[in-house]
Amino acid sequence: MAEKVLMKGNEALAEAAIMAGCRYYFGYPITPQTEVAAYMAKRMPKIGGTFLQAESEIAAINMVIGVSSCGYRVMTSSSSPGISLKSEGISYLAGCELPALIVNVQRGGPGLGGIQPSQSDYFQATKGGGHGDYKLIVLAPASVQEMVSLTFKGFDLADKYRMQSMILADGTMGQMMEPVSLDLGEVKEYAKPWATTGTSKHEGRNIINSLSLSPAQLEQWNIDRYEKYKIVERDEVMFEEFMMEDAEICIVAFGIAARVSKNAIMTARAKGIKVGMIRPITLWPFPKDALNKAADKVKAFLSVELNMGQMIDDVKLAINCKKPVYLCNRTGGVIMTPDEILTSLEKIEKGEAKAW
Amino acid sequence: MFEKRITIFSGHYGSGKTNIAVNFSLSLKKLYEKVSVYDLDIVNPYFRTVDAVNTLNNGGVELVVSPFAETNVDIPAMNSASYKMIHDKSARAVVDLGGDDRGALALGRFCEGIKEENDYYMVFVYNPYRPETKTIDGAFEILTEIERVSKIKFNAIAANPNLGVETTPETVYRGIEIAEELSKKIDLPILFTAVEKSVLLNSDEKRINTRILPIELIKYGNWI
Repeated sequence: MAEKVLMKGNEALAEAAIMAGCRYYFGYPITPQTEVAAYMAKRMPKIGGTFLQAESEIAAINMVIGVSSCGYRVMTSSSSPGISLKSEGISYLAGCELPALIVNVQRGGPGLGGIQPSQSDYFQATKGGGHGDYKLIVLAPASVQEMVSLTFKGFDLADKYRMQSMILADGTMGQMMEPVSLDLGEVKEYAKPWATTGTSKHEGRNIINSLSLSPAQLEQWNIDRYEKYKIVERDEVMFEEFMMEDAEICIVAFGIAARVSKNAIMTARAKGIKVGMIRPITLWPFPKDALNKAADKVKAFLSVELNMGQMIDDVKLAINCKKPVYLCNRTGGVIMTPDEILTSLEKIEKGEAKAW
Repeated sequence: MFEKRITIFSGHYGSGKTNIAVNFSLSLKKLYEKVSVYDLDIVNPYFRTVDAVNTLNNGGVELVVSPFAETNVDIPAMNSASYKMIHDKSARAVVDLGGDDRGALALGRFCEGIKEENDYYMVFVYNPYRPETKTIDGAFEILTEIERVSKIKFNAIAANPNLGVETTPETVYRGIEIAEELSKKIDLPILFTAVEKSVLLNSDEKRINTRILPIELIKYGNWI
């Protein structure tokens, strides 16, 4: 096992991308993800890669389309408002079925919002910020180590399924420092016979396009893509179960909210409240089956999120509204304390809480 | 280590400057009546000296920081009272710079006054467990870049060998060896080694072999 180093989430993510074979990065600075671009600017020239600060987020995502078309691993990163700008390009990537990794180190919104951490782009990431029928593989790290491992995984899944992976982190994940191991194993190479590598390398013309001249053909493309999404939903769900064996209340939380929740669970358990957590690591595909199974055992769910209540809808759908679901949330760049989660749990216990 | 009127902490980003500046100033306060910390960080949006404002004020240390630190005002601002660091010679000044050359840029406007008075430590905070400064060459590259923009040459090193929560006494001993190598190569003394208090309790101080600054980590939130 490689020796550990101390890294900031953003730079750890950037290094993991390089280790995953990404040699093309296009970005534009925005707090709190600027270290990704700064790190790439420094490292890429040293290893023969390309760092390019685009003139805008829109330009950056279109550069991603170009490089991915040629079959190379490519990444762009931003924070919430910048991801909104990239959303058109993300939809085009989906339409062209081009693999890419898009990183969102979220900050408070809507609009220019603020620069403090947030999880309010859940809907944008999982329901499609851009137009059309498409899905992104959405990965939610809850430690600097996961910023590394999920970046590696994100590239792999993107190539494997010709899809777009998104790292949905938040400002704290980007800015915090933790010890990490960069021992990530082998990079798996995927054949890309569809890539525009030149007619000397493939037979006939390869065309990368999201435009269809026939509605019936476009419909078929969408149906085919959704067949692929079904496989991803079947095979690629990732989640962590924490103290769920005897739990009567199940917290559902991801990223930084899951870390605060773990603290709250320890305190609540000491007070005799039997609470556990299911932490989705993939927000899409969402761990529906795990939640649905838990719904047969627990009496209630508590969704803990840094937004006005977004993932909570998916929790209700996953469990077919079998059990009441409650919300504990802060938004606008504020992180809840473990005590606030504890108060929510106590209210549920006493029957004083109002279900969503 | 507390001799100079002005002590500037600079270095690679994430090397631990803020925690060192806060703890150093509290130790300094035991020796001097007036101590101020100047937060000149124009880089970091989160994890700033303001997180320790109560600790500093309760310890009698003044904090001079941009009123916009840790708000949503995303501009590289400094407090205009920062000029006190060169004008008020009755007080001890501890300066917390932002990381790398980008952060050190903020010192440029004060450098003439600092050099003229010539009573300062310009300290290179060094954590050999940061990947970009793991090698002596990597550390030297960043050190040179900082000197170029800050317009002040380093005259001391503060070793800060740590792996966050996973730091053990062994981490510290091994780290000091690397810091000593850097010290020899660039011919600068190690002013002190910063060691987190609980790690220090289990450490053999003889094996640290430099002066020690015990560190009480700034509490950023109980989710860490």
